[in-house]
Amino acid sequence: MKLPSAFGYVCPEPSGRTLYEELQQMSQSGLSLTAMFKVEDIRKDFPILSRKVNGKPLVYFDNAATSQTPKQVIDAMVDYYSNYNANIHRGVHTLSQEATDLYEQARYKIQNHFNAKFSHEIIFTSGTTHGINLIANGFSSLLKKGDEIIVSALEHHSNIVPWQMLCERTGAELKVIPMNQEGELVMAEFDNLLSENTKLVFVNHVSNALGTINPIEYIIEKAHQVGAAVLIDGAQSSPHIKPDVQKLDVDFYVVSAHKMCGPTGVGMLYGKEEWLKKLPPYQGGGEMIAEVTFEKTTYADLPHKFEAGTPNIAGGIVFGAALDYMNGIGFEAIAAYEHELLEYATEKLLQIDGLKIYGTSEQKTSVISFNLEGIHPYDVGTILDKLGIAVRTGHHCAQPIMDYYKIPGTVRASLAFYNTKAEIDALFEGVKKAKMMLS
Amino acid sequence: MFEDWEERYQYMIDLGKDLPLIDDQYKTDSNIIKGCQSKVWVHAEMEDGKLIFTADSDAIITKGIIAILVRSFSNQPPKDIIHAETDFIDQIGLKEHLSPTRANGLVSMVKQLKMYAVAYQTQMK
Repeated sequence: MKLPSAFGYVCPEPSGRTLYEELQQMSQSGLSLTAMFKVEDIRKDFPILSRKVNGKPLVYFDNAATSQTPKQVIDAMVDYYSNYNANIHRGVHTLSQEATDLYEQARYKIQNHFNAKFSHEIIFTSGTTHGINLIANGFSSLLKKGDEIIVSALEHHSNIVPWQMLCERTGAELKVIPMNQEGELVMAEFDNLLSENTKLVFVNHVSNALGTINPIEYIIEKAHQVGAAVLIDGAQSSPHIKPDVQKLDVDFYVVSAHKMCGPTGVGMLYGKEEWLKKLPPYQGGGEMIAEVTFEKTTYADLPHKFEAGTPNIAGGIVFGAALDYMNGIGFEAIAAYEHELLEYATEKLLQIDGLKIYGTSEQKTSVISFNLEGIHPYDVGTILDKLGIAVRTGHHCAQPIMDYYKIPGTVRASLAFYNTKAEIDALFEGVKKAKMMLS
Repeated sequence: MFEDWEERYQYMIDLGKDLPLIDDQYKTDSNIIKGCQSKVWVHAEMEDGKLIFTADSDAIITKGIIAILVRSFSNQPPKDIIHAETDFIDQIGLKEHLSPTRANGLVSMVKQLKMYAVAYQTQMK
């Protein structure tokens, strides 16, 4: 069967060769990946990047909060609502079947992207937080007093609270892997925390506040040695790194689409089939049942067991389009270019007297968390906003990290593959101006 | 070129620097105004039937905003403070700070100052 026209948008490669393939070829012929990275062409895909804020060209450095949306992804959303909008998995009519095909095709795309073994190991969620809560809830029935859960000191609040609630419900104990001055997890301490009581280890792949890339390969291996399951929060890694869940041998991996050029309100939970079969359903409702009588309900098979109610159909389909877009550019090319931006920005900002960067690990994504000596991050963020520069200020929902450094928060500039060195220059000038005005 | 916003912000920053500082004994957690990204402490005292506010913040722009409020509300009888209009905030170009979703919590500050006035007003009766 020839697929309907909407399937055209998911393959944005009319020339046949992706930019990444081009870059790879250049790289093999001795040219650097980044030299060929056509950022000015890429920027044309993002309508918002040409708008002005407070009379100045927008410099968007809040990518760790949410990424911007390319027109290919916006078009996919418009196409869905213009041509395919219907409820899925139950309609006998053509429109419903087409929408179902698109939605399930998006699931395959996600499966391929993260290299899951089965498509039913991919559960659509409303985002990372939903995925984490789904697992925390599922473990309620598996944990008992005396069991232990290990989390890291680098976690987002959304990653601490569900486990505290889980511990309250089950009597299990929460242990924390400490961090060091560089903003790295102390692995020797992790080794000490592990025991046969450890049932679950939960760590973010990349810290949202500092950008540190955590050694999850080591954590997964060690946790498995004591029989513990591992859940990795990929919200901050997925825009920069393409993880292979089978190679990682991770039990659960969660992401949000809106950090990866996709829409808000949709994400995915990857879970190993054996684990997803073991966990009870999270929410009751339509879609997740096989048979219902008043005596007993039989749950549907995976993945529908965890997808109660009408899902975010458009969001799921467009998530697929966002993955197509990012893969069209290529994650190796993205990582190489972002690393170049990170080095440039770090070197530049450190020229400013009294500027301190928090999170100085060798292993980090393109995030710079900093403060000016004696100046509150909120003040710096306010002045930068007046200059059209969007940064995040505050504790970044990671108060334990701020407490560790004894600071109220930081200014966080998080860079994406569509940012430029000229924008970093604007940030540099903006921070200097803020310093002048606020000192 | 000196831009309009720069003048306004420089003014707020300077006001913040001149704000009559709160006595350290009142810089307690219970005097912190919730809803601000930076910490804001406010203390109120009654003198001859008039309320005197002192305040502080760890962020200078926030301190400037609270300084404007302290200037406008301080040294007035509680009932005047309770009924005080806040239009002047628009007039001095701080309107963007008025939105309840704004992280600096100007709305929370106004509310807190008025709460003090209500509390003292009740006491006086």
